[in-house]
Amino acid sequence: MSTELDKELAGMEQVYAYPDALTETPMRYCPGCTHGIAHRLIAEVIDELDIKSRTITLATVGCSVFAYEYFDTDAVQCAHGRAPAVATGIKRVQPDTVVFTYQGDGDLAAIGMAEIVHAAARGENFTVIFLNNAVFGMTQGQMAPTTILGQKTTTSPRGRTAEVEGWPIRICELLDTLDGPAYLARETMTRPARVRSAKRSIKRAFQAQLDGLGFSLVELLSTCPTWWGMDPLEALRHIEETMIPYYPIKVFRDRLAEAESEQSAEPAPPAGRLSEHA
Amino acid sequence: MKEPARKRVFINGNEACAEGAIAGGCRYFFGYPITPQNKIPEYMSEHLPEVGGVYLQAESEVSAINMVYGAAAAGARVMTTSSSPGISLMQEGLSYMIGSELPCVLVDMVRGGPGLGNIGPAQSDYWLATRGCGHGDGRCITLAPNSVQEVYDFTARAFEIADRYRNPTMVLADAILAQMMEPVEVLPRTELPPPERPYAVGVCEGRERNIINSLWVDFRVMEQVNLRVAERYRQAAGEITDHEEYGAQEPDVLVCAYGICSRVCETAIDRAAEVGIRARLLRPKTLFPFPSAPIAAWAERVKKILTVEMSMGQFVEDVRLAVAGRCPVELWARAGGIVPTPEDIIVLLEEMA
Repeated sequence: MSTELDKELAGMEQVYAYPDALTETPMRYCPGCTHGIAHRLIAEVIDELDIKSRTITLATVGCSVFAYEYFDTDAVQCAHGRAPAVATGIKRVQPDTVVFTYQGDGDLAAIGMAEIVHAAARGENFTVIFLNNAVFGMTQGQMAPTTILGQKTTTSPRGRTAEVEGWPIRICELLDTLDGPAYLARETMTRPARVRSAKRSIKRAFQAQLDGLGFSLVELLSTCPTWWGMDPLEALRHIEETMIPYYPIKVFRDRLAEAESEQSAEPAPPAGRLSEHA
Repeated sequence: MKEPARKRVFINGNEACAEGAIAGGCRYFFGYPITPQNKIPEYMSEHLPEVGGVYLQAESEVSAINMVYGAAAAGARVMTTSSSPGISLMQEGLSYMIGSELPCVLVDMVRGGPGLGNIGPAQSDYWLATRGCGHGDGRCITLAPNSVQEVYDFTARAFEIADRYRNPTMVLADAILAQMMEPVEVLPRTELPPPERPYAVGVCEGRERNIINSLWVDFRVMEQVNLRVAERYRQAAGEITDHEEYGAQEPDVLVCAYGICSRVCETAIDRAAEVGIRARLLRPKTLFPFPSAPIAAWAERVKKILTVEMSMGQFVEDVRLAVAGRCPVELWARAGGIVPTPEDIIVLLEEMA
């Protein structure tokens, strides 16, 4: 039985829908978690680049362990930290596929540090989306290599100190010392302008892979309201006020821009311009 | 199908392993240096590109086995090789491959251990190979060559076995087999059709999407995976279990040994026969699945069984399981790189007969 609303809707154009690259499986993420936004941005990019049928999602160990249920692509589940090595194996066998890993900060920067550094150094032609929320989420809130000094977690209950636990690691800056990466950017999703900037970086990272330019990584500063002990709005503010000062929003490397500026008469926009306007 | 004509070459076990892999269709190798098998990655780095393959040196054995995992998921015949300490690092990856039902070939050139150990020959990875391929219920199909020719042939064959049972398949050898030189008859390198893997990931057109995974939150589903894997092992037991026997037709003593120890035992049995001792060697060529039936059959007929191994006593446990108390089982066991001499074995045979 058609309602008045149905009749109204029937005459309208739908401008916002599930991306094709996402399944409609309900996600398990917490209220205020930015995984949902990140998934959507990646899926929109996959749709816009029209690469869904040749994209392979590498699910990793963390809150996003079920990523293979959410992205409507072929998928491979990886051991904790090992996704960059798995991606290397897949991409060397099937170079025409589009391979991306979706990794948290425990997965990438703790147990997986060797794998990410060496894959980046080799310039392996896949894309990493790095969700940095400065904590181990799935295992209920332990300290991670990217936990900020002073941050309280379940394994740094008095707050992280340099004396005992050492300093947090800036992954983009670390990988920027290597020649292999073609695109490195740190973004976040705390407000609409930053969300748009994040999507731009994700798209450029995937484009770098499509152009065969080498390794690409987008670090997304993300919320974990549950283990930060904050509500969703507080968590977004925490990124702006506490995380961004330590982890600056920036495009660190963009070899597509170099290629583009060689082609065009005008110089390419300097790295970081869009994010400064956010 | 008639096998193509073989060519005779004089090479060591490492080279035979690498060349056997190429003959068996391997076109992807991910590995890491470790003595005594360094010649294998070196050979692969030289020869795989010649046949359109890919050699990539990983930053660790942990990474190497995960590259193997990815390549296998993407449909490739892929191999890695290592020695004992490196195989330890691969156990996590092997558990994931078994749980994800993926094929690969790996080779362990066993050296002295535990720990850093030494670069002498040993057989102390028997448990690691047949039991310890990572956490969980899962086994590596394990092949045990005893000559450089068998290293070549078993490695070549391992790829088809791995695909048939969708499981890692290990060639278990040692530092002597790796480095000794013997004449080997090698096949010409031919291009094999790609393995049939409808479950592999890649370009998804005209099919449902494929997911390679070992995470099953539902307990009953997890059990189903284990049952399916176990069923394939039962199938393998019926199809590929293999052993060879040598010596007296009506023995008083059965000697059980595999790999390099079996070569020594053959000599010992010949010399023992000269002084009237009736001994027969039973050497498994597959360690998993294990040739329990012929051992059990002989256990009814001999006075004693002598197990000879270069470890503190791992292989002997499977022998004792098969014997199930039918007759006494004795053990010659040395560790640290020490290899039996024929005299070591003859002395025991004289005592036992």
